[in-house]
Amino acid sequence: MTGESTMAAALNAALHDALAEDDDVVLLGEDIGTLGGVFRVTDGLLQEFGPARVIDSPLAEAGIVGTAVGMAYRGLRPVCEIQFDGFVHPALDQIIAQLSRLHYRTGGVVRMPLTIRVPCGGGIGAVEHHSESPEAYFAHTPGLRVVTAADPQDACSTLRAAIACDDPVLFLEPKRRYWTKAEVDTGARADLVSARVLRPGRDATLVAYGSMVTTALEAATAAEDDGIDLEVIDLRSLSPIDRETVAASVRRTGRLVVTHEAQASVSVSAEVITAVVEDCFEQLEAPPERVTGYDTPYPPSALEDAFLPGLDRILDAVDRTLGRRSSREVA
Amino acid sequence: MSTTMSAPDHHLVEGLDQPLQVLAEDGTRHADAVLDPHLGDVDEALLTDLFVDMSVLRALDDEAVALQRKGELGLWPPLRGQEAAQIGLGRTLPATDFLFTSYRENGLAWCRGVTPQEMLAVWRGTALSGWDPYQRHMATPQVIIAAQTLHAVGYAMATRAQGGSEIAVACFGDGALSQGDLHEAMVFAASFGAPVLFFCQNNQYAISEPVTVQSPVPIALRPTGFGIPVLRVDGNDVLAVRAASRLAAQRIRSGEGPVFLEAVTYRLGPHTTSDDPTRYRDEEELARWRRRCPVLRLQRHLEQLGAPVDSLREEVTIRADAATAGLRAAIDQLAPPAPDSLFEHVYTTEDTALSRQREQWRAFEASLAPEKPEQSPGSPS
Repeated sequence: MTGESTMAAALNAALHDALAEDDDVVLLGEDIGTLGGVFRVTDGLLQEFGPARVIDSPLAEAGIVGTAVGMAYRGLRPVCEIQFDGFVHPALDQIIAQLSRLHYRTGGVVRMPLTIRVPCGGGIGAVEHHSESPEAYFAHTPGLRVVTAADPQDACSTLRAAIACDDPVLFLEPKRRYWTKAEVDTGARADLVSARVLRPGRDATLVAYGSMVTTALEAATAAEDDGIDLEVIDLRSLSPIDRETVAASVRRTGRLVVTHEAQASVSVSAEVITAVVEDCFEQLEAPPERVTGYDTPYPPSALEDAFLPGLDRILDAVDRTLGRRSSREVA
Repeated sequence: MSTTMSAPDHHLVEGLDQPLQVLAEDGTRHADAVLDPHLGDVDEALLTDLFVDMSVLRALDDEAVALQRKGELGLWPPLRGQEAAQIGLGRTLPATDFLFTSYRENGLAWCRGVTPQEMLAVWRGTALSGWDPYQRHMATPQVIIAAQTLHAVGYAMATRAQGGSEIAVACFGDGALSQGDLHEAMVFAASFGAPVLFFCQNNQYAISEPVTVQSPVPIALRPTGFGIPVLRVDGNDVLAVRAASRLAAQRIRSGEGPVFLEAVTYRLGPHTTSDDPTRYRDEEELARWRRRCPVLRLQRHLEQLGAPVDSLREEVTIRADAATAGLRAAIDQLAPPAPDSLFEHVYTTEDTALSRQREQWRAFEASLAPEKPEQSPGSPS
């Protein structure tokens, strides 16, 4: 099927097709049935596939992931929905200490083809615990794949790849892009590893993922006005990281800016920059830069514009890496 | 303000005032209206088998403790005192029912045909799990308290969705009653009517914390709040555990939803070979529970039936010697795995970042190897 679709509708189509094609796929989460999910990503699926396949669960995150682990043990391919990013933390033990290491622990005997969908990130004016960016906690966990998507097409094709994968996958959905519209081919497939070069450029490499890809592309368009040609990479997979694609780009441009919503310290940007320093330090013309959320708890929503990286902060960092006048030189 | 509060719901619990029992401490068989209908097949041959099983299991457990003391195992969690609970369940359920256990259920593993090598691998540190869960119908031992109870419920839900007739069993101790995962497991099991048996071996202690620290009310009352019926039995009475396991499994298999079975027992030894129970238990308590020994109790019952106990004890000695010799022999076969297996099975497919680390490891290892002296032609080799 091809047509214009929001990211939420594209995700819905991916879930629909996965349910239709494989009887072992089951959905599990709070409010995903009758309500169709708080973001309506599961809208209509209960009606079509019934309560044995689309399971409205009790309000218990460890319960959702833990029972899904048991279902995967028995051969199902559960797709869990955690209602908001801040609510994934009650399920940390089940994800980190159980799900992610069962394949390793059993010497490869037990497979955990389990997908955990988590609406992620800020920018929608939500209350506390509804705008977190917990990806680094999970990207630090061996055995778990952590992926995200930036646009409707990638959301659809990456979610299908996640459900098809025999490893556990944490799938982060950038909630402020749920209503972005674009052409979607629901038959297209992505892999769960490769970064995408979305815009070739010669002056600096700008790496982003999830919600920040749109902002990065806008920054690249704005930079053009100043005669700066930015290469934009959508990382897509946060664990493992496609360091080859990033390094190949930096070898061409000599400069690197990484941006994400999550706090800076011990983050995905720290890993990307380390990878580049290890792989192509000698091709770097300037210190790598990163533009991220600050190392504070997520602030009240009235302050989220100050917390979240925007176009101007990215361009400011681009200026620094190019040796141009930046905010840090203002007296 | 005055309110009237109703008493906790007791009607879902059988055995609340006194754990259900059919074998008294002195081995006397007495009637129990709940359990007796499920003991119709018990004859001397079965009692003999159970006695031999429990005795051999005790010897195996003691041998594993000895192996740890000799430095052959890093750790061992003794089950001495809990033989009736584990043999009672393990020899009653069909081998296809799937067990999700904690780390003290080596008696259940033994009932499932787990070999000595498989059983000791975790405790010797040569594997994270010693057996194939699908072959043994038993998941790999769980160290984090209560985490496996959710897996059992999910497995049970999937079994029903796929039309299977087996049940899942979540095995845990009294300490698990304090963990959130067990409560979420009971919520899910009750909400979805999952075919799961919650099997609690209440051995009175979570390491050093007595069960009274876990709960001011009998723990058997907890599941009733979820609407889950409870059977509370004397866990040192192998026949009581057998009958209750049967009754529970029958009810679960017939589609009536989960059952909670509390086996009231006692861990006679330490929590693991690392702790000292004399710091938290007194001699009087220990002596009281020694008198309730599950193995001795069955032996007394057999004596009362006029069974040839002396020759049985000889058979036990022979079988126990063979089993413990098997454990000792297993040690020699438990070599450390190949070092670069460290990198295997993290993902189901090759991961380039991990492959890179494996290559780095190999290069480093190779760099440590002594350089071979160059040999000139004709020099002695």
